[in-house]
Amino acid sequence: MGLKILKPGLLTTIQDTGRYGFQKDGVIVSGAMDRVALRLANLLTGNQEDEAALEITLKGPEIFFQEDQLISITGADLSPTIDNKKLKLWRPIFVKKGSVLKFGTPKLGCRTYLAVCGGFQLQKALGSYSTYLRAGIGGMHGKALQEGDNIPCKGINVTASSVLDELNLKQTADNFVQASWAPDPAYLPSYEKDPVIRAVKGPEYELFTATSKSNIWNNIFQVTQQSDRMGYSLAGLALALEEAKELVSSAVTFGTVQVPPQGQPIILMADHQTTGGYPRIAQVITADLPKLAQVVPGRGIRFTEVSIDEAQQLYLEQEHQLLQLKQSIQIKVK
Amino acid sequence: MAITPENLQAVKLYPLGDKAIVVEFGGEINRSVHQRIRDFSAYLAQYPFDGMIEQVPAFTTVTIYYNPALIPTQKGISAYDKLSSYIQQLLPNIADAHITAPAPQTIEVPVCYGGAYGPDLEFVAKHNSLSPEEVIAIHTEQEYLVYMIGFAPGFPYMGGMSEKIAAPRRDAPRAVTPQGSVGIAGKQTGIYPIETPGGWQLIGQTPLLLFHPKRESPSLLHAGDMVRFTSISEEEYKQRKEQQHGS
Repeated sequence: MGLKILKPGLLTTIQDTGRYGFQKDGVIVSGAMDRVALRLANLLTGNQEDEAALEITLKGPEIFFQEDQLISITGADLSPTIDNKKLKLWRPIFVKKGSVLKFGTPKLGCRTYLAVCGGFQLQKALGSYSTYLRAGIGGMHGKALQEGDNIPCKGINVTASSVLDELNLKQTADNFVQASWAPDPAYLPSYEKDPVIRAVKGPEYELFTATSKSNIWNNIFQVTQQSDRMGYSLAGLALALEEAKELVSSAVTFGTVQVPPQGQPIILMADHQTTGGYPRIAQVITADLPKLAQVVPGRGIRFTEVSIDEAQQLYLEQEHQLLQLKQSIQIKVK
Repeated sequence: MAITPENLQAVKLYPLGDKAIVVEFGGEINRSVHQRIRDFSAYLAQYPFDGMIEQVPAFTTVTIYYNPALIPTQKGISAYDKLSSYIQQLLPNIADAHITAPAPQTIEVPVCYGGAYGPDLEFVAKHNSLSPEEVIAIHTEQEYLVYMIGFAPGFPYMGGMSEKIAAPRRDAPRAVTPQGSVGIAGKQTGIYPIETPGGWQLIGQTPLLLFHPKRESPSLLHAGDMVRFTSISEEEYKQRKEQQHGS
């Protein structure tokens, strides 16, 4: 019993908020590309915010519900439907046993998150449910979801009793019931097709030529088709070091903008390696990682510089907003 | 050399974005810098500060990940500034207290050299005008220092290989390098913990699992360990591989 995958979609994986504590062993963090959307999907279904959910990429899967579930879909709008009726994002939805969830045309964003009340009945690997494709651990057998997979669910539980009562009262012939409320849009992530991404200078920023230092902030970089959960390969004006230098490998992280010798930058994403040896010209701020995670290959981004102080302030503000959202959601859900 | 007030002059602190601080102990790869990294890293492992998530020791740096929301600060002072002053105070204390990491472990890594297990052994030998046996003798002679783990889960960056067996990377990387492959690239030797594409010259294969997610420590090797390669027969390789993978 649980969710049966009729069609897997382009890349559907199980992710949580990441695998920490093993980077010193070369084990990558993984986790949702858009952590804010994942956390909200969980809260809207009465889960702990770091519970595992499905990360669905651009072309969504087809999922058969083998039992009643309370779900929530957040992040990118990939036109989710049941019986050709559109589902709304960012709210709890009661889905009846026997329904088939499908996705259509991507409207805005790249990655959508599907959480189920109670979470999945899976084993953690090294403290996390996140799928680590290269090492073949976490998620469902360490792989992306395949046709025929059956993801066992723990099932609807009391952590969502208020919202379940609310949805049960609604009379409908449909195979699903959506909550009539959603969190204040002002507090939800705002995605753009070609966003401005805030970043701080990277550790090797000063090693770049004056032109490169100006180019990184003043030009649009295209997110090329060679972009995935490991990193986004960008295309734009080439960036160069003042003088060729062999760097000593050191830690890199989610949002590190590194520049290989050919001069086109790469932004490291959720499945980044733990260490790298390319010069790091910039580092995307944590608060803008969700926005970056939703950029569709082919679109453009522009970097704008902020200070470390501002970056940390923006992170604290984002966490504060999430805490407020959490409290307002829990009143309605629990 | 351990951390001393003198070599602390060379320490640099800088941010890696809003959730990590880098402590750099020197500009180049050497055993003295490595020892200081080991000492500092061992201290942090034993006494993590509030808000610390994890640390990644590398050749010349220790990068510490933290949650800015969990670093207690006064208004107007950023979590980075607070942490930076904490580490600046901590380093001389470590020096004064003569805190050092435990002695390194030596780990024996058995390797079946040549043949199907090391398809590039002949190339490495020819490149250096040696016989394959001489390459094996040189490779097993030294102890290697694991400077850091990175690139792949459990992959050791090791130092100490003799230049007599150095060899350039392959022109075309192999699409698949089997798990446990022992290779040479330039002046470095390494072991592939998982099957992956790669351009190293492969001289042998070990039956040991360098990465095992069910082990308490998923990586067999850790920064600071010493590695000694030993040559084993194909038969012994097969036996040990069965034992490893069965357990």
